Amino acid sequence: MASLASTAAVTGSGISVGNGITDLHGRQDYATRLRRARLGLFVAVTPILMLFISFTSAYIVRQGLPTFDPGTNSLTRDWIPVHLPSILLVNTCVLLLSSLGVELARRQIKKETALVFAAPSPAAPSVAGKGLPWLSMTLLLGLLFLFGQWTAWRQLAASGFYVATTPSSSFIYLLTGTHAIHLIGGVIALFVAAMASVLHRAVTTRSIMVDITAWYWHFMAVLWVYILCLLEFAS
Amino acid sequence: MGLAFLIVLCLIAFSSIYFFVMKTWWFQLGASTAAAGLDHQFVNTGVAMAVAFLVAQVGLGIVLWKYRDRGDASRAGYYRGDSRPEVLVIVLAACLFMALDIGVDLLGGHLWAAERFRPAQPGATVVEVNAMQFVWYFRYPGPDGKMGATRPELEDASAGGESAIGLDTRDAASKDDFVTGVMVVPVNREVEVILRAHDVIHSFGMPAMRFKQDAVPGLAIHAHFTPNRLGDFDIVCSQLCGLGHYKMHGIVRVVAQEEFDKWQAAREAEKQ
Amino acid sequence: MATQEFAAHGTHAHAAPQGFIRKWIFSLDHKVIGMQYTLLGIVAVFVGMFLSLLMRLHLVWPSAVLPFLGEIKPETYLSLVTMHGTIMVFFVLTTAPQAGFGNYALPIQIGAPDMAFPVLNMLSFWITFLAFLSAVGAFFVTGGAPLHGWTGYPPLSVLQSSGPGEAAGADLWGISIALFCVGALLGALNFITTTLDMRARGMSLMRMPLTCWAWLLTAILGLLAFGVLLAACILFLLDRNIGTSFFVPLGTINGVVTAHKGGSPLLWQHLFWFFGHPEVYIAILPSMGIISQILSVFSRKPVFSYKGIVYSMLTIVGLSFTVWGHHMFVSGMSPYSGYAFSITTMAITVPSAVLTFCWLATLWRGKIRFTTPALFGIGFVSLFVSGGVSGPFLAQPALDIPLHDTYFVTGHFHLIMGVASMFGILGGLYYWFPKMIGRMMSESLGKMHFWITFVGAYAIFIPMHYLGLSGHPRRYSSLTEVGYLHDLIPVQRFITIAAFITIAGQLLFVVNLCWSLFKGKKASDNPWEATTIEWTTATPPPHDNFGGLTPVVTNGPYEYGVPGAARDYVMQTDPAVATATGD
Repeated sequence: MASLASTAAVTGSGISVGNGITDLHGRQDYATRLRRARLGLFVAVTPILMLFISFTSAYIVRQGLPTFDPGTNSLTRDWIPVHLPSILLVNTCVLLLSSLGVELARRQIKKETALVFAAPSPAAPSVAGKGLPWLSMTLLLGLLFLFGQWTAWRQLAASGFYVATTPSSSFIYLLTGTHAIHLIGGVIALFVAAMASVLHRAVTTRSIMVDITAWYWHFMAVLWVYILCLLEFAS
Repeated sequence: MGLAFLIVLCLIAFSSIYFFVMKTWWFQLGASTAAAGLDHQFVNTGVAMAVAFLVAQVGLGIVLWKYRDRGDASRAGYYRGDSRPEVLVIVLAACLFMALDIGVDLLGGHLWAAERFRPAQPGATVVEVNAMQFVWYFRYPGPDGKMGATRPELEDASAGGESAIGLDTRDAASKDDFVTGVMVVPVNREVEVILRAHDVIHSFGMPAMRFKQDAVPGLAIHAHFTPNRLGDFDIVCSQLCGLGHYKMHGIVRVVAQEEFDKWQAAREAEKQ
Repeated sequence: MATQEFAAHGTHAHAAPQGFIRKWIFSLDHKVIGMQYTLLGIVAVFVGMFLSLLMRLHLVWPSAVLPFLGEIKPETYLSLVTMHGTIMVFFVLTTAPQAGFGNYALPIQIGAPDMAFPVLNMLSFWITFLAFLSAVGAFFVTGGAPLHGWTGYPPLSVLQSSGPGEAAGADLWGISIALFCVGALLGALNFITTTLDMRARGMSLMRMPLTCWAWLLTAILGLLAFGVLLAACILFLLDRNIGTSFFVPLGTINGVVTAHKGGSPLLWQHLFWFFGHPEVYIAILPSMGIISQILSVFSRKPVFSYKGIVYSMLTIVGLSFTVWGHHMFVSGMSPYSGYAFSITTMAITVPSAVLTFCWLATLWRGKIRFTTPALFGIGFVSLFVSGGVSGPFLAQPALDIPLHDTYFVTGHFHLIMGVASMFGILGGLYYWFPKMIGRMMSESLGKMHFWITFVGAYAIFIPMHYLGLSGHPRRYSSLTEVGYLHDLIPVQRFITIAAFITIAGQLLFVVNLCWSLFKGKKASDNPWEATTIEWTTATPPPHDNFGGLTPVVTNGPYEYGVPGAARDYVMQTDPAVATATGD
């Protein structure tokens, strides 16, 4: 037991070596690591939320903001609403679908992990290949979403609305662009999670990676729906 | 070391308060109706804070001196602050301090309301204060009582006066507006200032009037004050506005009503 | 030590790294990262002090020609002001007491082998370091560092032609702050997760040392506030470089009509101060935690009301998000909002008063040992009171009118945020140096350092209140253009001389530090006879802090002077003595 404990060296980055996985120690260890990773994600998501709350308040303030027009010695408002490209609705469906995909991947690897704990074997701990299709699907849909966003920006630019054209167009690019940057982070996480499977990492490690990535992905999806509603309805 | 602290803390506490009490460096002599009330409120707050300051600093000194480790075998008192009487003392201290703060706030609340919650009285002298790097211009509305249009693209700093603020002479209301480099106002009559900044944020500060308000680009901020003493008083820019911030100085000249009327008539005549 | 209990089974610790790079440069060990942050803070404070020395010299000897730097022009003076504030607030006050000492001591104090996410921890340091390079780099680009003050109000900070340094310099400044936000957020992530999830058995939240509470609450403040600053920086950089108009309305600059229109300078102020006020509590809370610890250790008695201190800090955290408008009373914001902010600001003085009361009560009936860390802890209390009593003047909007943007404000925040927090940092450094390095610092040099700094700080910053009363505005690079400022030059001279002496006195600290690193008397494991867990480890602690064991906590953190105990202190991990907090 002592040797198992010492060989189950776990770094904070979640890479585990050795076989201290399926014993009681390993199970507690997995539960602890999962809980810690989820807590970390919850904490990490908070400032991202604050970022978008700040942008939201700037958006609302700016819409109603009167500015002094010296030509008339009075206050005027210069908010011109911009028509959102309809491709954004398609992108939304793509993103929601990808959310479904990553959720299926998450549940699948949970089952895989439970199986490994139920029937421990001293053989190689990874059961490669099972979770791959869902993760890859999510990855592809995520990339498709990003491509769709890029198309939406091209459409906006084609109709004359660049980042600095009007305050409303500035906010569209700002909100969707910042979301896209954070989604790219999610895409990278998906890629790393998928690679972990190919590289035969322990199922417990992969389970945690997919779990965190999935929750982050869901957060990004909900955030996107919020941004879309804000841009569409709060005018 | 405890005694050293007591002495130093007493020295610091008493000398700091001494200069406040002696008014060695003090507010400029008030020149507006708001000054007396503000100065009085400052003294009220000062007394309250001085008491808290003295009690805390001297108390700290005494405790450090009295309870220094004398090298004997005694132990410190095992007070954890969680018994009932101890908690009550803490709550009492909190309530006392809260009362002090609220008291001070209540005493002075009307001052802010009087200054800021109401617009200027009708019949006030209207002056538009134009702030730009690094000079103050003052526009008067002329006989029509209206400020005319200005346009940023018409601004020409080198021409001074009306051109510097970009006065649009095509506007009928602009024709009788005149711009000066010194703010002249009549005594004992409310002055309404309309604060405008042309480039960056500036702040129109007049220490003698106990007046300060930022001039923000994109806004025209209305405020008012009532000068009650004759003389020339300093205007100092009070919001960092660039490398010339330190020399963005102006003068507000408070004159008798008759003298103001004469001066105004002369300037208006120039515009005809 | 035979009196503490450790669980006899293994912890999951990563193997100790080999090689200089992995051990000292890209280390994952929280202790090394903590020391890296502390070193960054020390370097930054000397840079910041040097900038302020130049400022003080220029104010009273404006035509002085300095070696290498020549004569200081008005725009140079303002760039010194800007970078002094930026470097001190971010890279000293926000970094050293939290990321520096927190990283070092938090895991050990709660009985954990490391932070929750060591790789992110390492990243957070290097991102902060990059941010520092960006800030310092602003001095070396064309136009130099920006002149818009650490508060960076637009349009001055956004319009590239509004002054020298507002081109590339201002961009580097904005990038520096944005990077700092990211580094700080990563740090907050680690602090919160570690404190909530990695406490040893028996270490309940209410048994944590107050330092851990302070680090946790500061991290929560940072988590909520830095995201807002990052948003502001993004909008700032977009306005500057892409031509958006979030903050800039139509106007002219240098005779040229701006390309922007419709933006609001007040929007920046709201975003900035929504971050800015919690930021000042981020700067002070860790020091509050550190000195609460220090006062208890060196009075040999428990803190007076552990719960009082915790609840006061919690109240401060909550209220700190409701007071930001007191920086904006005369900004053009609605006067009704101003009144509301005044009430919340007055409210937040109450927990601060309770804290001060608790600290005084901790010393009362104590058996005070005047070691160097104790001196700085005591000094903190005095400075906090002094800085604190000038607050209620500024909190009243009517009184803020004559005092806003004068030296009164400068004196106030330097005393309560700058110097007080600095005393917490210095106290922490003198306190933990023996544990970090394994040697003691010189007590005589330390005491001299304390007295010069303490008296010097008062000599510098109390007179500033008098200047403010006299109507002396802030950020004036020259005192020759306004008549009544002439009469105040003697006061400015006094301040400059005091600053010179105080800054020179810091050399005592540098000498002490450098000498003690190599020649200091060897330290025992617990030279201060303190009770918290870090004093149970070897000196310096091994890579996983506890040599493969896990601490088990049975007592509270401040069991000093326990009646009936064999010694006048009881370790947190000592099961043999029944104390009031053991259960």
